[in-house]
Amino acid sequence: MSDLSNATPAPLGGAASGTPAVEMDGIVKTFGPVTANAGATLSVGAGEIHALVGENGAGKSTLMRVLGGGFAPDAGTVRVLGRDVTGWSTQDAIRAGVGIVHQHFMLVPTLTVAENVVLGSEPRRGLQLDGRRALDEVRALSERSGLRVPADRTVAELSVGEAQRVEILKTLYRGARILVLDEPTAVLSPPEVEELWTVLRRMRGEGATIVIITHKLDEVMAISDRITVMRHGRTVERLATADTTPTEIARAMVGRDVVLPSFTSDAVKAAGEGALQVRDLTVRDARGVTVVDSVSFDVAPGEILGIAGVEGNGQTELLEALAGLRAAVGGVVRIDGRDVGGTSVRRRADAGLSHIPEDRHRRGLILDYSVADNLVLGQQHHFARRGVMDRAAVARNAAEKVAAFDIRPPSAALPARALSGGNQQKIVIAREMGRDFRVLLAAQPTRGVDVGAIEFIHGQLREARAAGKAVLLVSADLQEVLALADRVAVMYGGRFVAVLPRAAASEEVLGRYMTGAQPRNDA
Amino acid sequence: MSVIALLAQVLRIAVPYLFAAGGGVLAERSGIVSLGLEGFMLSGAFCAAVGDYYSGSAWVGLLCGILGGLLFGLLHAVATIRYRADQVVVGIAINLLVIGLTRFFLRLAFDSSSNSPRIAGFEGGGPLSGWLAGAGPMIPLGLLVIPAVAWLVYRTPFGLRLRAVGEHPAAADSLGVPVARVRYVAVALSGALAAMGGVYLALDQHQFTDQMTAGRGYIALAAIIFGRWNPLRAGVACLLFAGAETLQIQMQGTQAIPSQFVSMIPYLLTIVALAGVVGRANPPAALGKAE
Repeated sequence: MSDLSNATPAPLGGAASGTPAVEMDGIVKTFGPVTANAGATLSVGAGEIHALVGENGAGKSTLMRVLGGGFAPDAGTVRVLGRDVTGWSTQDAIRAGVGIVHQHFMLVPTLTVAENVVLGSEPRRGLQLDGRRALDEVRALSERSGLRVPADRTVAELSVGEAQRVEILKTLYRGARILVLDEPTAVLSPPEVEELWTVLRRMRGEGATIVIITHKLDEVMAISDRITVMRHGRTVERLATADTTPTEIARAMVGRDVVLPSFTSDAVKAAGEGALQVRDLTVRDARGVTVVDSVSFDVAPGEILGIAGVEGNGQTELLEALAGLRAAVGGVVRIDGRDVGGTSVRRRADAGLSHIPEDRHRRGLILDYSVADNLVLGQQHHFARRGVMDRAAVARNAAEKVAAFDIRPPSAALPARALSGGNQQKIVIAREMGRDFRVLLAAQPTRGVDVGAIEFIHGQLREARAAGKAVLLVSADLQEVLALADRVAVMYGGRFVAVLPRAAASEEVLGRYMTGAQPRNDA
Repeated sequence: MSVIALLAQVLRIAVPYLFAAGGGVLAERSGIVSLGLEGFMLSGAFCAAVGDYYSGSAWVGLLCGILGGLLFGLLHAVATIRYRADQVVVGIAINLLVIGLTRFFLRLAFDSSSNSPRIAGFEGGGPLSGWLAGAGPMIPLGLLVIPAVAWLVYRTPFGLRLRAVGEHPAAADSLGVPVARVRYVAVALSGALAAMGGVYLALDQHQFTDQMTAGRGYIALAAIIFGRWNPLRAGVACLLFAGAETLQIQMQGTQAIPSQFVSMIPYLLTIVALAGVVGRANPPAALGKAE
């Protein structure tokens, strides 16, 4: 509980005798008709950093929820430090020193850092919560672990990097010796990722066991000692990091050979003036804070301009303003020379703008509509006769797009909700790229989709470039930006702090700009 | 009328609001919409009248009223937490159900369609016995409810868990906080506290009358929202609304402004508050969401 000695290095029971810290065997977990785990196994040695990898929907998170007591398995056994703990509760797991850092932060934004850390294991003084002691203990723990956080501030005020440190502190406060991190780097900038690795290595040095879920292969290679690969709810491969290669891991994840993203300069040389021209675009959010600060750029036909940056630096607002979803306070937006400033989403679409929104559930799809209906969303006026929907045209369009974009299952009558994330994204891509357009805004086009779909989507973007389209790509995944873009702009604090040709952009260079460490370069 | 008499009147009007708002804050901070306050109050008033009538003791009446409110609080909790029914619908259903049930049992127990026979009240009224006659412990208790709820919410481990559950139940759950249990306790307590407001009404008027709470539960809910879910601010809102009502009663003789306009004040203030004029209203993030 609040006994801090738990968080300091202590000899691990069982470690000496070589008992694995975690042993999961034959885990089966189904949710209605969906089988998340179909006999998964996992063995994690004490004191190692273990990477659990697999495509989206491979069952990694479910397996870890079973370990953390969130779900009871339908079959199989779970052993922690040699003890059979199958079907234990969240509380049991916490008490036994298993800590889970969830993919989506499990923090209460209105509470302070210290309150979030002690929640559920509060220090008391009589009947009261001892707020003073909570603050002191969290500060001491923060000091000792190297996880720097402002203990008295509310979580809503923190950066994502700080929020993640709070998540790790929460597990340490409860004396976690086995730490599970579910996709911890998704929201971090490269320097923050490096800092996380430092903390994790330090914890390993002190005897902690760490399981890290990820699908970024460079991270697997950088941090892990051993690797377990899952596919379709099963464990398909166990590897020692030192003896394997990213290609081998990717093959195990997908079950076939994949082309890992790398830059291919098959670019049609950008010609003529910008198909998309943006001048001094300024956007304010609901509170009146300037989130896009007088941004100017061009995207030429046959060019992909990538925007890199830590999330929350104005990329979302910039794209929403370009798409017509959000009003700009100033600036000019031209598509093929036509000023579309202040016009509606539909006008812009008719002027040749396509948009793959970053949140497909909120902006891209109506999940309860059929695949066929989603394929004409926003274009419905082209599928109507005298104000009445032409169902035959909608069906023809659906049949074409489902085949051309390999949407699975190939049944246009299904609600979009029934499809996997990757196939839902293909619906959006099919709708936005399967029509005549001049300029494409692609926001996080591969977020939450599996490796196979990523390959497909990247191929589509390259084809669009080859066909002379102007593509503006925003991605939180630096590798994606580097693999696709001809030029890379870095957004920080609502401004473009750098615009670099691909050849001059590397993760190191971009990372410095992304954190604001490198001042603006107006070259 | 003297100033003290006026203040005493404000206090007498405010007490039922203070009880109901104190209880409602607890339920709402746990993430459960408190539309059933009206029903909890009415059940408290009726059960108090029955207990008091058959025992001849106001204390027994108080106890019965609390138990009645607790019962309907639990019913609300089971429907919204266990069965995840829509919280707004359940709240309204409870209000209508209690109106019907009290009418039915009023007929059964007292053979009347409008009111119970006269019941005993509390003796004396403490230091202001002249002005607060017959209120007994209810006024001091009513004044204590708000600070007590504030202490519970902001100073105890339970309060921290309550706030966490109302803002981000998944986060609380991931730390082993029993989300459902915290909500059960909060909603049951809200039923019991709101019922005490009803008990006060029945004992003060020495009888139960049909629908005697007359919308006070909704005013209490308005006070919670006006107070932006902070118990202390909600308490101040209760006093403010009671002040407006006192004003309205005092103005009934005059022709200056129709008194109906004055009685609209609490609702107008609430709309103004919700529109964000008094600063942003930040309801608990999980409020009303079936998890």
